[in-house]
Amino acid sequence: MVEWITGVGRSTLSHLSNLGRATLILIQAITGRSNVGVHWRLTIDQVYVVGVLSLSIIIVSGLFIGMVLGLQGYTILADYGSEQALGQMVALSLTRELGPVVTALLFAGRAGSALTAEIGLMKATEQLASLEMIGVDPLRRVVAPRFWAGVISLPILSLIFVSVGCLGGALVGVSWLGVDSGSFWANMQASVEFSDDVLNGIIKSVVFAVVVTWIAVYQGYDLVPTSEGISRATTKTVVHASLAVLGLDFFLTAIMFGEI
Amino acid sequence: MYSRGTELSVGVFVLLGALCLAFLALEVSGLTQSSDSGAYRLSARFDNVAGLTTRAKVSAAGVTVGRVVGIRYDEKTAGAIVDMEISQSFSQFSEDTSASILTGGLLGEKYIGLMTGGGPNNLADGDVIYDTQSAVILEELIGKFLLNMSSEK
Repeated sequence: MVEWITGVGRSTLSHLSNLGRATLILIQAITGRSNVGVHWRLTIDQVYVVGVLSLSIIIVSGLFIGMVLGLQGYTILADYGSEQALGQMVALSLTRELGPVVTALLFAGRAGSALTAEIGLMKATEQLASLEMIGVDPLRRVVAPRFWAGVISLPILSLIFVSVGCLGGALVGVSWLGVDSGSFWANMQASVEFSDDVLNGIIKSVVFAVVVTWIAVYQGYDLVPTSEGISRATTKTVVHASLAVLGLDFFLTAIMFGEI
Repeated sequence: MYSRGTELSVGVFVLLGALCLAFLALEVSGLTQSSDSGAYRLSARFDNVAGLTTRAKVSAAGVTVGRVVGIRYDEKTAGAIVDMEISQSFSQFSEDTSASILTGGLLGEKYIGLMTGGGPNNLADGDVIYDTQSAVILEELIGKFLLNMSSEK
């Protein structure tokens, strides 16, 4: 019994100190003096790695999710003779929920795991320690550009995902299943509000971007520098980031759309 | 590590994001319609607006001429005041125009239908329409029907 209580206490303390360390790393990385010119270039470099290289998976999955929504929505709406509402259904579910959430999940798998593994390998091969030896803060030189790159890239990827998804829904609904093109787009425009739906979707994806990238760089920076530690941290990044995104999404939805 | 190619592709990436934002704003959410500056406001007083929502369309003879922008309760007359924004290109509604709440299809959305009258003067910005027909409430209809049934016996 006593062992059990001490065990609970120990794991609580370790979780708390993990959270504290993660927060300190984040604060240290994003505040403080930095060489703006050099770090700006490093950030652009990282936007290429985490953003541009994720484009293909985002575009392909956005297209297919839009097409599935169009197909599935059509069969259900056609039962009630209201297949004109297809555009509204596809656009609202994409802008409010699916766009930010699925993009963040894909981003955690595609870019978050890569960030963790890269920083982790730098730590395992003692590159971070060498940087510190020559007087360069690895938090600002290595972690900060990656963090900002994630925060910049994910909302852009999410916008692309939603747009491609709407086009995919239109492709299936209008071109293949024969929903009237005018009513498809008109219903969509009548029901989707820019400030309510599109902007809230962007806010959601900014929040997800901060959380996912934060988890990724923390797991990489804090891992046990062995090959097993790297693999475990990579898994943790994907699992924790996915859970955080899905959990946060509920609260954000409740705050943003709860009273409607 | 850092090259011109990277710079270029990041630029294209950001541009793509901006284009998608424009697409979402214009095509998906129809921002151009709601920011129509050439619009004027009319109000209508209904006894009951059950089921009507903001952003519902306002139509005349089946043609969409504007949108509902607000619904509020009027304590003085114990009714509902519906604010509508009508596009400036449809400014020829006479002062005895009537408004009714209609339903698109059996389960469709509620919308407002305007029927222009024959008066000499036209409605202007801020005018209120009092000649209205309220929303049809299915429960009331069924109640009346049942009452008629039982009284006929």
